[in-house]
Amino acid sequence: MTEHIISYPDRTPPTRFTQAELGWEPWLEPLAIDALDDRQRAALQNESFRIASPYFRVLARDPAILDARTRTDKDIFYNTNAGLPRPERELAAVAASRLNGCIFCASVHARFATAHSKRSADVQRLLDDGVSADVGEPWNAIVAASVALTTTPVSFGPRHIERLREAGLDDLAIADVIHGAAFFNWANRLMLSLGQPAAPL
Amino acid sequence: MSTPHLDVIDHLTGIVPGSRLDVVRTARPDARVHAQKSFEALFAPADAVDFSMLDRHALAAFVAGLHQDSTTADFYANRLHSTSGAGEIAEIIAAETKRGLAEGPYGDYAAGPLTAENVAGPHYRVSPANRPHLGEPLSAALEHAHLLVFHPRDSSAAALQSLLDAGLTANAVVTVSQLVAFLAFQIRVVAGLRSFAA
Repeated sequence: MTEHIISYPDRTPPTRFTQAELGWEPWLEPLAIDALDDRQRAALQNESFRIASPYFRVLARDPAILDARTRTDKDIFYNTNAGLPRPERELAAVAASRLNGCIFCASVHARFATAHSKRSADVQRLLDDGVSADVGEPWNAIVAASVALTTTPVSFGPRHIERLREAGLDDLAIADVIHGAAFFNWANRLMLSLGQPAAPL
Repeated sequence: MSTPHLDVIDHLTGIVPGSRLDVVRTARPDARVHAQKSFEALFAPADAVDFSMLDRHALAAFVAGLHQDSTTADFYANRLHSTSGAGEIAEIIAAETKRGLAEGPYGDYAAGPLTAENVAGPHYRVSPANRPHLGEPLSAALEHAHLLVFHPRDSSAAALQSLLDAGLTANAVVTVSQLVAFLAFQIRVVAGLRSFAA
């Protein structure tokens, strides 16, 4: 039997990038919480916020890749053993999301970038004016690198590495920029294609 | 076909033990291990009931080809060639990849101020001549992959419905979406890290 997507005929989608908390509504039925098996719960890391999330319960339909993806995500963004500081990892996520057009992803990671950096106005400038906004160094270099990694074909090259180095980043910090931007090219494609952002309630 | 025991990102980047990039990757051990486990979850799954191995390898060859990075594109094209039953599919995928080449990201925004940033670009469809050879599930997956690779902000509930109409289950839609999105990540990590060595 052919399955069907879920539609939301009465919704007006958000029309600008924002740091406000947005909702996200799935187009595929999330697995029911009380029907999750052990493997699916493990893929959701047995974390209550993931189990509560319709997004993660849609992804739990393929638990093996969800589990590996989540562990990759955690190390890229939350392993604070040296390398790029937390706000700048979030900045890479915001830049990729802004260029791809993922309003939901950008909202979440703009809030994180602001929370860690206390630079709400610069983060907002990036959301309002786009990836060419001047947010000073090293942020401009990180945004430019993330943008070059987000184009298809990829336009990132040695000159981006050189600019990041001049902005004060070491090898590991540069690799963190690469992984942060690359990871959001994964995340944006799932968030954009499996459901829709919803205006704040 | 056998899945290589090597770490695919290390392999495609040319990272050897003890090198500068090996040291960098070692500092993010879970990202390294689980990027590889992601590859294995998609290309050496415990079962492939929802989306066949041949279709997975064909989709991967298409997505990697669209990124126009010859090392990664060759890697996935070779895997498709050595997949049992690939036959004419490999040549058809190569031809469809050429037809699908574009530059992204492009796409439209919902009515409002962001429409000033709308960028036009092609909406790819599998050629009518090749469609019967590829079958409906793979043809629909290729069209969806092109959307995700180049203009993901044009995604819609209707686009997902097309996959269901082509016979994919909801679980297969998630697997296909993860496969395309994971490759977008892997290809970028490889391109990024390789730029150190240049």
